Amino acid sequence: MYKIISKKLVVPKEFDVWVEAPRVARHVKPGQFVIIRTNPQGERVPLTVADYDREKGLIRMIFQTVGKTTAEFADMNVGDCLTDILGPLGTPSEIKNYGTVLMVGGGVGIAALFPIIRALKEAGNKVYTILGGRTKDLVIMKEECEKYSDELLITTDDGSAGKKGVVTDAMVELAERGVKIDQSWAIGPSIMMKFASLKAKELDIPMFVSLNPIMIDGTGMCGGCRVTIHDQIRFACVDGPEFDGWGVNWNEFMNRMRQYKDEEKMSLEKYKAEMGEE
Amino acid sequence: MALDIAPKRLPVPEQSAEERIKNFNDVVIGYSIEEAVAESARCLQCKNAPCIKGCPVSIDIPGFLKAIKEKDLEKSWDIISQYTNLPAVCGRVCPQEKQCEGVCTVGRIKGYEPVSIGKMERFIADWKAEHGSKVAPKVPEQTKGNVAVVGSGPSSLTVAGDLAKMGYKVTVYEALHAAGGVLMYGIPEFRLPKAIVRREIDNIKALGVKIETNVAVGRSVTIEELQSHFDAVYIATGAGTPHFMGVPGTSLNGVYSASEYLTRINLMHGYEFPKYDTPTKESEKVVVVGGGNVAMDAARSALRLGAKSVQVVYRRSLEELPARIEEYHHAVEEGVIFNWLTNPVEYVGSETGNIVGVKCIRMELGEPDASGRRRPQEIKGSEFTIEADTIIEAIGQGPNKVLLSAFQELKLNKKGYIDADPETGQADPEWVFAGGDIVTGAATVILAMGAGKKAAEAIDKYITEKKAAGK
Ligand SMILES: Cc1cc2nc3c(=O)[nH]c(=O)nc-3n(C[C@H](O)[C@H](O)[C@H](O)COP(=O)(O)OP(=O)(O)OC[C@H]3O[C@@H](n4cnc5c(N)ncnc54)[C@H](O)[C@@H]3O)c2cc1C
Ligand SMILES: Cc1cc2nc3c(=O)[nH]c(=O)nc-3n(C[C@H](O)[C@H](O)[C@H](O)COP(=O)(O)OP(=O)(O)OC[C@H]3O[C@@H](n4cnc5c(N)ncnc54)[C@H](O)[C@@H]3O)c2cc1C
Ligand code: SF4
Ligand code: SF4
Ligand code: FES
Repeated sequence: MYKIISKKLVVPKEFDVWVEAPRVARHVKPGQFVIIRTNPQGERVPLTVADYDREKGLIRMIFQTVGKTTAEFADMNVGDCLTDILGPLGTPSEIKNYGTVLMVGGGVGIAALFPIIRALKEAGNKVYTILGGRTKDLVIMKEECEKYSDELLITTDDGSAGKKGVVTDAMVELAERGVKIDQSWAIGPSIMMKFASLKAKELDIPMFVSLNPIMIDGTGMCGGCRVTIHDQIRFACVDGPEFDGWGVNWNEFMNRMRQYKDEEKMSLEKYKAEMGEE
Repeated sequence: MALDIAPKRLPVPEQSAEERIKNFNDVVIGYSIEEAVAESARCLQCKNAPCIKGCPVSIDIPGFLKAIKEKDLEKSWDIISQYTNLPAVCGRVCPQEKQCEGVCTVGRIKGYEPVSIGKMERFIADWKAEHGSKVAPKVPEQTKGNVAVVGSGPSSLTVAGDLAKMGYKVTVYEALHAAGGVLMYGIPEFRLPKAIVRREIDNIKALGVKIETNVAVGRSVTIEELQSHFDAVYIATGAGTPHFMGVPGTSLNGVYSASEYLTRINLMHGYEFPKYDTPTKESEKVVVVGGGNVAMDAARSALRLGAKSVQVVYRRSLEELPARIEEYHHAVEEGVIFNWLTNPVEYVGSETGNIVGVKCIRMELGEPDASGRRRPQEIKGSEFTIEADTIIEAIGQGPNKVLLSAFQELKLNKKGYIDADPETGQADPEWVFAGGDIVTGAATVILAMGAGKKAAEAIDKYITEKKAAGK
């Protein structure tokens, strides 16, 4: 079960894998995620379902290596099996015909954004997509996103692709061109989602963001994933992961992400030592 | 009345408090055979056996005690296992003092203590596992029908075991990666070793029950799929959604729900980090809010993780404490400090967003509330601060929602739990049965099991009648 069918390095430290998970593949919708474990003593780690093949019973995940679990996943090969996959979890994205939508993605968040872009296009929306990254090679899934977008804008910090700048610059550019947006999504690093939400509010565009707090069960049972939205506590794994970006308490959210920093570092170093790396 | 039995129960060997706070092993060591035989002789074999009525699954208590007295342990096991699929669990975590032992005739005599029923039940279960005969149980033919069970806590395990014995094909779906519900993720190792939970689950699997983990019903499997594949469904998804008091500072780093704290430790083995990958924080000064079993478990776990001080704040007094008295005594012996009539009003954070203290207020008890307990009221101006780097809130839980949100047709009661017939567990729609915490709200293992027992009979009747009517 949960066998890795294909595995590709997309950009440094980012992997694109297809894995057997028939139950998830049968039911998953855009915006949902799974929880995986890589070994029987492993941590439960959430990853978004970036794509799926219902007939073959496969799901696709695109992940970045940041700590022990993702490093271990990256070291696994085609034919190996994950220990656990639970899902699909979370409330699916609200897909309907809004008119014109704006999709903002950054880093590995583009993987989570892609199925939503596709579904919104298929639902009849006019789709503007902005993808951002530090440099050209870090902007993933350009062709796939472009296929389902009416217009694709790219921004890079160093100007190596698209416009030099950050995603909010492109949001302003669209506004200045008079493009009227009915609904938007931003998925990427917390700091990007924070500034995209602030900009969206300034431009009076409703915006969903997909929050990725530290989770354990993913079924609403621990409260570890709690976030504050419009001054109310919500559990990201069941009430989210998508929330109204205007209402997120970003400082609190980013602070909670740092909770286990020291322990996570220790765990990764131990793993690397065991694997004979660095 | 003069009786020729010992007035006091035989004390059960335990790890000393100094020793046990350094490990996660079972606090209670348990009776030896000689001790069990001696203790069983204290049972009067009452004709009316009030203890049986005090037990939610009606175990033939005088029967199994008599067999111990006669040193026929195999027979004692046979008697117990007719009534419960989880004796090693119940013997450890039942609130016996309020149930079987609470009504024991011996205990009602002045100066006498009730027979140590729970400890004897665990003795037999543990003896059987270690020394008893290992004949694989006869797996009945699974011809009577197909039943799905949602969740794998004690209620589900009971229904599954009983239905399998009756000849049903049973599939249990569990969302987490391990079966057992609260027995696995909530109740700590030092009260209920996980190897014992696994052992009892293996006994149920040996009856032909199939357990599938990593399946969140309502998400991984839809309600329609359940309805079309099974003759009936039993739902026991539990009440695990933690409540928060909602005082300022709830989202500071270092503030946990007991559910998170205990799940990290039990299910994820956080106490064995970094051998296991899920971390827990090293704490020095821990404050636990609440007075139930969950609060005691969190406090005692924090001590074992190395905290220098652990304080419980509870808004009522010892008299109202809902925790099992044995757990309270164990907590006191281990050094947990209790602040009665105290309630937190704010969690105080540092500039970096970490908890540094909890501001509390003193309470006094006023008029009785709806539950009959005197209602705590704040004493104005009595605020004070306790230093803390970890806060664990254990103030209660609500229904688990993953299934409920995917099953809109299922009838719920006013409090948001499943509306099920207390005698049969039948819910609306009629092919659904439910029991345990998802019906009653957070309760006990044995009540969840009792609900499972009744439901197994009702499900058998329902399916048999349905098939006879040719539906
Ligand atoms: C709903 C959801 C969807 C996600 N989808 C993706 C995805 O599609 N691709 C992807 O690469 N990542 C995704 N993430 C993030 C991913 O779960 C974390 O990168 C992963 O848990 C890190 O585990 P680790 O053991 O490798 O690192 P750790 O050593 O455990 O952590 C390293 C750092 O990662 C962050 N982190 C730790 N745990 C989590 C967590 N549970 N969630 C988020 N960040 C965490 C912390 O800031 C931490 O300091 C998602 C997270 C959520 C909640
Ligand atoms: C810390 C703690 C200590 C306790 N101590 C005691 C004690 O000493 N004595 C005592 O008698 N009682 C105690 N209790 C209470 C007791 O554990 C519960 O009353 C009992 O476990 C309830 O059993 P249940 O079968 O209803 O559900 P649970 O044990 O809650 O199990 C429900 C299971 O269903 C799963 N689930 C939920 N939704 C889905 C879904 N959609 N699909 C699949 N699976 C799902 C959950 O993951 C969980 O595993 C304690 C509880 C806690 C939390
Ligand atoms: S199951 Fe619980 S109530 Fe029943 S006899 Fe055992 S300890 Fe007592
Ligand atoms: S009530 Fe007490 S003494 Fe009487 S049969 Fe039960 S256990 Fe024995
Ligand atoms: S991850 Fe536990 S409640 Fe969301």
